[in-house]
Amino acid sequence: MTYLFVFITGGIICAIGQVLIDKTKITPARILSLFVTLGVILTFLGIYEPIVNFGKSGATVPISGFGYSLFKGTVKAIEEKGFIGIFTGGITATSGGIAAAIVFGFLASLFAKPSLK
Amino acid sequence: MKVGKQTIKFETLPCIFSTSSMVGPKEMQGPLASYFEQSSNDIYFGEKTFEKAESKMLNTCINHLISKNGLANNDIDLIFSGDLLNQCISSSFAIRDLEIPFLGLYGACSTFCEGLLLSSICIEANVAQQIIASASSHFCSAERQYRMPLEHGNQKSTTSQATVTGCGAALVTNSKKLDNGIHITYATPGKIVDLGVKDMSNMGAAMAPAVYSTIANHLNDTDRTLDYYDLVITGDLGVHGSDMLVELFKRENIDISSKHKDCGALIYDTTVQDVICGGSGCGCVASVFSSYIFNELKNKNLNKILLIATGALMSPLSSYQGETIPSIAHAISIENEVK
Repeated sequence: MTYLFVFITGGIICAIGQVLIDKTKITPARILSLFVTLGVILTFLGIYEPIVNFGKSGATVPISGFGYSLFKGTVKAIEEKGFIGIFTGGITATSGGIAAAIVFGFLASLFAKPSLK
Repeated sequence: MKVGKQTIKFETLPCIFSTSSMVGPKEMQGPLASYFEQSSNDIYFGEKTFEKAESKMLNTCINHLISKNGLANNDIDLIFSGDLLNQCISSSFAIRDLEIPFLGLYGACSTFCEGLLLSSICIEANVAQQIIASASSHFCSAERQYRMPLEHGNQKSTTSQATVTGCGAALVTNSKKLDNGIHITYATPGKIVDLGVKDMSNMGAAMAPAVYSTIANHLNDTDRTLDYYDLVITGDLGVHGSDMLVELFKRENIDISSKHKDCGALIYDTTVQDVICGGSGCGCVASVFSSYIFNELKNKNLNKILLIATGALMSPLSSYQGETIPSIAHAISIENEVK
């Protein structure tokens, strides 16, 4: 059952992105930034947390989940460190994802070459 | 000689003596495959990067044009060449070792006609006798230049066109070399037209009004009608932009649809190849003209054509800054045996 919820949640988030690509003139880079920012705002408004509880990684793996982690990390850091947490919290909480993206990107570049589809 | 408002008449009848073309794997799956002289199954053309691949392709194409006509590099007085990459590197690196005087051009996808036009002017002025006009584009290097590197795995929008991996080169000579008698009789350099289209993935729509403006002025200046031509061939309006051009002429009660073909629509089979609205890029009109169309002219299946290469003159930077897409279209009247 959990898998189904994850699939549905992740699917809906990605479907929204697909509709934006097909039906609007927003560029992919802007859709990406939009999703991150929306993740932050929805978490702030208390809307994203219930979605994460329902859809688990279906909500945290898409890029809006990155916004969710940014917000959560910032709040946590403010509680622990006070004012300086505003600046350190977001990146600390997401550092695993960022470093992994760089490392795996590097590894992939060692044995893969871009080509035509 | 200038005729009318913006058209040049070539009284010495510069001649397109020979052409050469080279394309990539995707173009070889299209309907014009049998017309291209050279091709590569490898999208890297045996090189390490896409940018080097594009230069290699153009270099091979130009070398072939020179050698198949029994010429040596020092028989060529001048090369006009251009491409889509920053600082025109595809052309510069392709021509680096040729030791032929080189003038680099940038006219976006209108570059090939710009080169033919300038070559004809040089022939007319008798400052050069044998000139090469060429242009190239490569799908993968253009994606990196204008959109995102291929590694990013971007999706395409429904109006976007695919940059052609291909190049073409034409040997323009004075009419003393009258073997096939394919002449450039008139050229109409275009004015920039910008009707405020901002969408980089819908360049056909941005360019169609520029094409309309150039054709209308060309016909006016030369006292010709569309009936004079066997075919009006646009560079890379694509399917969507071609529809717009037909619509623009309809407003003047002229039906251009039966006379008009677009290189971007010719080079791919848009129903089976995943190219959405057809091909684009400098290499599109260059490779299609240098293969299929030149062949049709040579075999007298076509005798009077108006070739119009279209260019969208924006850069990624200007688009980021919210600028609209200025467009241009240069027309060349190419005719068999004008006597």
